Amino acid sequence: MKDEVDTREDRVANLKGMGCSRKRVEDARFTQGKGNYVDDIKLDGMLFGDFVRSPYAHARITSIDIEEALKVPGVLAVLTAADLEPLGLHWMPTLAGDKQMVLADGKVLFQGQEVAFVVAEDRYAAADGIEAVVVEYEELPVIVDPFESLKSDVVLREDTVGEDSAPIDGAHGPRKHHNHIFTWEAGDKAPTEEVIANAEVVAEETMYYHRTHPCPLETCGCVASMDKVNGKLTLWGTFQAPHAIRTVVSLISGIEEHNIRVISPDIGGGFGNKVGAYPGYVCSVVASIVTGKPVKWIEDRMDNLMTTAFARDYWMSGKISATPEGKITALRCQVTADHGGFDACADPTKFPAGFMNICTGSYDIPTAYLEVDGVYTNKAPGGVSYRCSFRVTEAVYFIERMIEVLAIELGMDAAELRRINFIKKEQFPYKAALGWEYDSGDYHTAWDKALKAVDYDALRAEQVQRVEDFKAGKTRKLMGIGLSFFTEIVGAGPVKNCDILGLGMFDSCEIRIHPTGSAIARLGTISQGQGHATTFAQILASEIGLPADSITVEEGDTDTAPYGLGTYGSRSTPVAGAATAMAGRKIRAKAQMIAAYLLEVHDDDVEFDVDRFVVKGAPEKFKTMKEIAFAAYNQAIPGIEPGLEAVSYYDPPNMTYPFGAYVCVMDIDVDTGVPDIRRFYALDDCGTRINPMIIEGQVHGGLTEALAVALGQEIAYDNMGNVKTGTLMDFFLPTAWEVPNYETDFTVTPSPHHPIGAKGVGESPHVGGVPCFSNAVQDAFRAFGLRHTNMPHDHWRIWKTANELGLHG
Amino acid sequence: MTKKMHITITVNGKEEEFLAEPRELLIYTLRERLNITGPHIGCDTSHCGACTVTLNGKSVKSCTMFVAQADGAEVETIEGIGGPDALHPLQVAFKEHHGLQCGFCTPGMITRATKLLEEIPNPTEEEIRFGMAGNICRCTGYQNIVKSIQAAAAEMSAAKEAAE
Repeated sequence: MKDEVDTREDRVANLKGMGCSRKRVEDARFTQGKGNYVDDIKLDGMLFGDFVRSPYAHARITSIDIEEALKVPGVLAVLTAADLEPLGLHWMPTLAGDKQMVLADGKVLFQGQEVAFVVAEDRYAAADGIEAVVVEYEELPVIVDPFESLKSDVVLREDTVGEDSAPIDGAHGPRKHHNHIFTWEAGDKAPTEEVIANAEVVAEETMYYHRTHPCPLETCGCVASMDKVNGKLTLWGTFQAPHAIRTVVSLISGIEEHNIRVISPDIGGGFGNKVGAYPGYVCSVVASIVTGKPVKWIEDRMDNLMTTAFARDYWMSGKISATPEGKITALRCQVTADHGGFDACADPTKFPAGFMNICTGSYDIPTAYLEVDGVYTNKAPGGVSYRCSFRVTEAVYFIERMIEVLAIELGMDAAELRRINFIKKEQFPYKAALGWEYDSGDYHTAWDKALKAVDYDALRAEQVQRVEDFKAGKTRKLMGIGLSFFTEIVGAGPVKNCDILGLGMFDSCEIRIHPTGSAIARLGTISQGQGHATTFAQILASEIGLPADSITVEEGDTDTAPYGLGTYGSRSTPVAGAATAMAGRKIRAKAQMIAAYLLEVHDDDVEFDVDRFVVKGAPEKFKTMKEIAFAAYNQAIPGIEPGLEAVSYYDPPNMTYPFGAYVCVMDIDVDTGVPDIRRFYALDDCGTRINPMIIEGQVHGGLTEALAVALGQEIAYDNMGNVKTGTLMDFFLPTAWEVPNYETDFTVTPSPHHPIGAKGVGESPHVGGVPCFSNAVQDAFRAFGLRHTNMPHDHWRIWKTANELGLHG
Repeated sequence: MTKKMHITITVNGKEEEFLAEPRELLIYTLRERLNITGPHIGCDTSHCGACTVTLNGKSVKSCTMFVAQADGAEVETIEGIGGPDALHPLQVAFKEHHGLQCGFCTPGMITRATKLLEEIPNPTEEEIRFGMAGNICRCTGYQNIVKSIQAAAAEMSAAKEAAE
């Protein structure tokens, strides 16, 4: 009866559907210490496995002696490559079409590489066992520089060469040298070079996007449990793509896929670290089969930083040409990509450099050419997308630095240079020179809004005054204004060109409506903090007219959830979110027929209104979705099956292209190199907004990870291949003390091809934030002749820049 | 094998007695021996604070303390701070102000914040940021954590005033 008195607004509010800052349903368990992360899992008789790791970056293994280790109390087994070889598991395929040693097969290629797997009753016993394993190494020359690697006689990967060290073709075609992995090209080389050769203005720059690491607070790990009675393997783990992991485990182990159940429990942050398949997973499975007991493997922080999933490590050389008025005419980008000892990059199979070909950015650049060379070195494998779609942060950093360098070359304001080159609103859908079709955008509106919000002209005036004051000796602080305008490419992706190991990158949602009008929805994705259980229920609430509070969302159990490719590359909302909406619409279509039957009218005579179907022109005649749900289970309706369920597998027709405009204002102490972030304004356009509170939280987090990368975070090696940043003592994670308050803002340009117009947001702030912070540092020194300096801009490097520019007197 | 030590500690009001090797870390005792899995392991070097507990009234990183050092101590973890029947104002505020995402840092974060608010009942933003700098969050950028703690402080002060 209540329905009859509620206003339409009340009914909408009651749903807590799209656009509502619904509080998160996940939080109750997390705030009370009742999350269930992989290391919280305990099974009867569970053992613990841990690795003997290589201290050398490049060495031949002459012997491994496990005798003493087996005598250590509590140690049950020690696995080496020799044990895995009969099973064909001493190597495993990588996501990039290469293969990787599970346990060192005769040699090691990076410091920290997995050499032996000690299985013991607990962690302490495993550590004792590791101490007792004796490995003899014969050191080999170490190469940590990709350019040197391409010139070196030293063959890093003997398994990839034929006679006389001639490189065998790789997964992405011919290889130029025995340490070369692939060449990948996009765009038109000759026309681009011709335009640049004849251009009146050309800016050139080489920049290094340093190696770093996603470093989620929870490291990677798993628990493997082989039930030999039933022949079933259950694998719990920190998997961003549980279904793909199940398929991979089946393919490499030979266990039929229906006998494998993969479960991603709560995941303590991913940021790309937990996309790949790691030796620890394979060894845990084998150890469980060998011992007949469950085996847990959990990385410690040093294992994590040294061995699983580095990000970036791109050397990027660019040329950008323009007219004297600043209209860009061509862009060329040459990348030398350091992939480490194995090519384990997590990219869609056909894209060995990810979506680096989004590097024309937000600009209408008629001609462009990109060439990427992947190279082996004695560094850890990985190459994951750390809080970005595949290599998009590298692409955006590249173009946003090239724009700044071109502005210097032209003597132009960098904001104005951007404005005159933006793709115009009426040009969408826009076909970029490097192949992508941008779905929608309104860059000028976003840019103007951002510049107005920060009073850009006043900031530039203040900066001019500051430079004068500095020169006059009145201050030792310079002021930097960092600008960035980014276009992301997310939501991989259309099955026609996006797959991982042959698995199309669609995603899925299955919905069951219960008789009393509540529901459960299961998806092929997995939340790692994004709040899927909250937001996907909101999408459904708006689509099917049942309150979000009455909808349970479940992910991560391959025995119950429909198949999907997981959560990374901001693909959950663009792909699984679309599947959710589409499945919801199937529910609604059936509900319409039931409503029409109950109201004794034709199907076409009822229409959906918030939470009910009403008879057209007679809104007092209606059936609520709750009533319809019950009818689906208790009425024999001619021609309609009982029940109310739907499943949708969604293959997106295109990627989505979120964008944004960021401004950072920074004061830099020239004598200490310490930057003080005065202001950070972030405008994001992620299309339709599902939960503004969660969007804002994603922006805060992404910007903070951008701050980290731009201002100090790196995985650094010495020339012996030793990792210099293997703990949080050296690897920079910002604390509350270093992080500013951010101002967030938005425009809404829906995606025209997405069922609800949403584009994805989790990674935008990182992608746009890194160049913004970096540009702010570099802009502070522009008046003193700085053109470009590489990240990370830690205090020492900023001080050094000031020193090299002669600012220390 | 080193001789085991006789340890007695009180965790969340419950006395526990056992034999442990001298090298056993407090976090291991809590998580593996006592099945108290609220505190987490994030770094092993006392930087991240995911393992934060309260020991004899002070915030302590349990990943770099031997249980032997905690012999005779009173320990409180997130499990002792509040539960479904009586949530701590911080637990309410973190949800209300979106002060968490993946949740991995949250138990340590809230445990530390309870002590911060004892040390400084009405902290400024700067005092919160400084007082929480031993706890790292990779997801939130801290802005909403600060907001959550401010809200809980206001709530607790108001409740205290009302009681007086």
